[in-house]
Amino acid sequence: MTTHDDTIYEEIPADEQSPGLDPALGDGQGDPYATTDADREDGARVFNASGGDWGDLVDEATALHEERIVVNMGPQHPSTHGVLRLILELDGETVTEARAGIGYLHTGIEKNMEFRSWVQGVTFCTRMDYLTPMFQEATYCLGIERLLGIEDQIPERASIIRVLMMELTRINSHLVCLGTGGMELGATTVMTVGFRERERILRIFEAVTGLRMNNAYIRPGGVAQDLPHGCLDQINDTVPQLRAGLRELELLLNENPILKGRTKEVGYLDLAGCMALGITGPILRSAGLPHDLRKSQPYCGYETYDFEVITRTGADAYDRIRIRLDEMYESLKIVEQCVERLKKVHGPVMVEDKKIAWPAQLSVGSDGQGNSLDHIREIMGTSMESLIHHFKLVTEGFRVPAGQAYVPIESPKGELGCHVVSDGGTRPYRAHFRDPSFNNLQAVAALSEGGQVADVIVAVASIDPVMGGVDR
Amino acid sequence: MSDDTKPPADDPKATAPEAVVGSEDLHATDLDLTEANAAGDTAPVRIGERRGMFGPTRGSDTTGYGGLRTPILFPGASEKPYGSYFDELTTTLEQALGTTGDTAYGSAVERVVVDRGELTLHIRREALPAVARALRDDPALRFEICTGVSGVHFPGEAGRELHAVYHLLSITHNRRLRLEVSAPDDDARIPSVVETWPAADWHERETWDMFGIVFEGHPSLTRILMPDDWPGHPQRKDYPLGGIPVEYKGGTVPPPDERRSYN
Repeated sequence: MTTHDDTIYEEIPADEQSPGLDPALGDGQGDPYATTDADREDGARVFNASGGDWGDLVDEATALHEERIVVNMGPQHPSTHGVLRLILELDGETVTEARAGIGYLHTGIEKNMEFRSWVQGVTFCTRMDYLTPMFQEATYCLGIERLLGIEDQIPERASIIRVLMMELTRINSHLVCLGTGGMELGATTVMTVGFRERERILRIFEAVTGLRMNNAYIRPGGVAQDLPHGCLDQINDTVPQLRAGLRELELLLNENPILKGRTKEVGYLDLAGCMALGITGPILRSAGLPHDLRKSQPYCGYETYDFEVITRTGADAYDRIRIRLDEMYESLKIVEQCVERLKKVHGPVMVEDKKIAWPAQLSVGSDGQGNSLDHIREIMGTSMESLIHHFKLVTEGFRVPAGQAYVPIESPKGELGCHVVSDGGTRPYRAHFRDPSFNNLQAVAALSEGGQVADVIVAVASIDPVMGGVDR
Repeated sequence: MSDDTKPPADDPKATAPEAVVGSEDLHATDLDLTEANAAGDTAPVRIGERRGMFGPTRGSDTTGYGGLRTPILFPGASEKPYGSYFDELTTTLEQALGTTGDTAYGSAVERVVVDRGELTLHIRREALPAVARALRDDPALRFEICTGVSGVHFPGEAGRELHAVYHLLSITHNRRLRLEVSAPDDDARIPSVVETWPAADWHERETWDMFGIVFEGHPSLTRILMPDDWPGHPQRKDYPLGGIPVEYKGGTVPPPDERRSYN
């Protein structure tokens, strides 16, 4: 056992220190991480914009009479949608080359999952694309269920709850996309409306899962627990409010001349381009192809719900906004159908198989969600076998037969899939997530080259990348 | 089991059929594995071996489970008919690739595995570009989208340690297909499919970054998630997870890869 006293911080010799700590390096003006002329082999002038008067910098740069400028935008930039780094080569105001640099939010989730049990993996993958937690959980759990061969044993109620939660998450994600996208254009009202409506959905999530984000609610074999008492009424109350909020967003956006001027025919990518770059989701549907995995390769019983796949033909940023707006209405339709079904369908929300079903139960007390006292009373006071079973399943987990599976689902951003490989052990041998944002970001060059610098922001916002999912 | 069907052997347990293939058989020995691999293509493929059950496997092992050795068996090749659209797909691919030459179906496709309703074609790496082009361009196949490249590292599968797994989607025919290509650790080279599917660009870069598979012909195979000067390839099984012990209320919790495991 170690104590705090044992911790020794070694003095690092000066010649082994990180270059960032040496004030002699860098630009010498207090920014050790700034780029210097010495970093460049061709001797081009380097400007670091960090505070100060922007006009001075521009004057200095224009004095060089150099038309070709390489601008490094991000990874810390308010309009790049997270820690995305864009490397833009400019000719005046025109972007001649655009490259995306990613990896700034790489957290090694996939590697970490290989050192946790199959169930614990859910709490990791939910954090990848933090705006669509339910979707990562769903594709991961569907993959495990296929490996376990229990796909047809998932209770109907669990599947309906999964669909309900996924559709609410879809609205949630689209609202953030529109909200932050609007903010990046300078329209803060879009952001406040979007986030106000999102809050209603997060309140439902909090009631159902105990958490607003990173829910870890969908588990192998079903969902963590049944909907709480009064939840369906809450959803029923929320849906009309969301409809009204969406209407407000529509009135704000759809015919807004400034928005149309900024987004129409900007970030254009036609069907051939989408196919070559493997683009799915709203971007593909804005090019006119009604490809939606919920319709073409249904999972969780999506084939039994009534909804439309929204397509448009403009293939530009404006159409992607409109598609997201319309998709939210379709999601609300599915949510209402789920509520109707949940009123009729009762029963378990986890598979029967006690070797897989999570033994712990939760309940809602005066201080929120927590352990079920009944369950604790049983394992601690009544049944030794229950305690052993609980202990074995929670610490060791269940074994998944060796093999591999890939069950893709339609996330708000496109095809999300998890390639799960098992070696027959209690941990994932490999869990690779095909994140739609990661793939779709490849289109940055195609969307923005030849356009204006300001259009790059619009184009990136229309992809709706979430760096948590891109970098994993 | 009747005695006349049972082949003569010194150790009856080792030759009993259920001891040969069942991955649930925890007491299989090396003898079983040799037979399993010799039994032909349809036998499960051994990709490694698991030792012990949990806790230490040697030294302070007091459970008696430390010496347990379990083969890790993956589903073997399937026999025709494969079912679903798989038969039509493989026949079309066979016609598209032809029967002669380096990239003929027989030599390009090492193994066809149908498992859990998913079709996997194991492709010889030299033939990958030709197979990829045929899969994309043949009107009856038309896999327009390569949704991703995933790597898997099997240190126990000698000569085929590194696998690159491609998931293909045909929107035209609403079909899916998985290609699996393997390369040995000391010659980790696989031809790139970026020429056929430009979407594979970043996915191949990620697989290079994480596994060290060199995709030959890739326009700019550089690291994508890790910093450019990062040593090693983090998703390989021999790369440690890392981490530091965490102290809490006087106790120390070791990092995840040093905790007791149940594998």
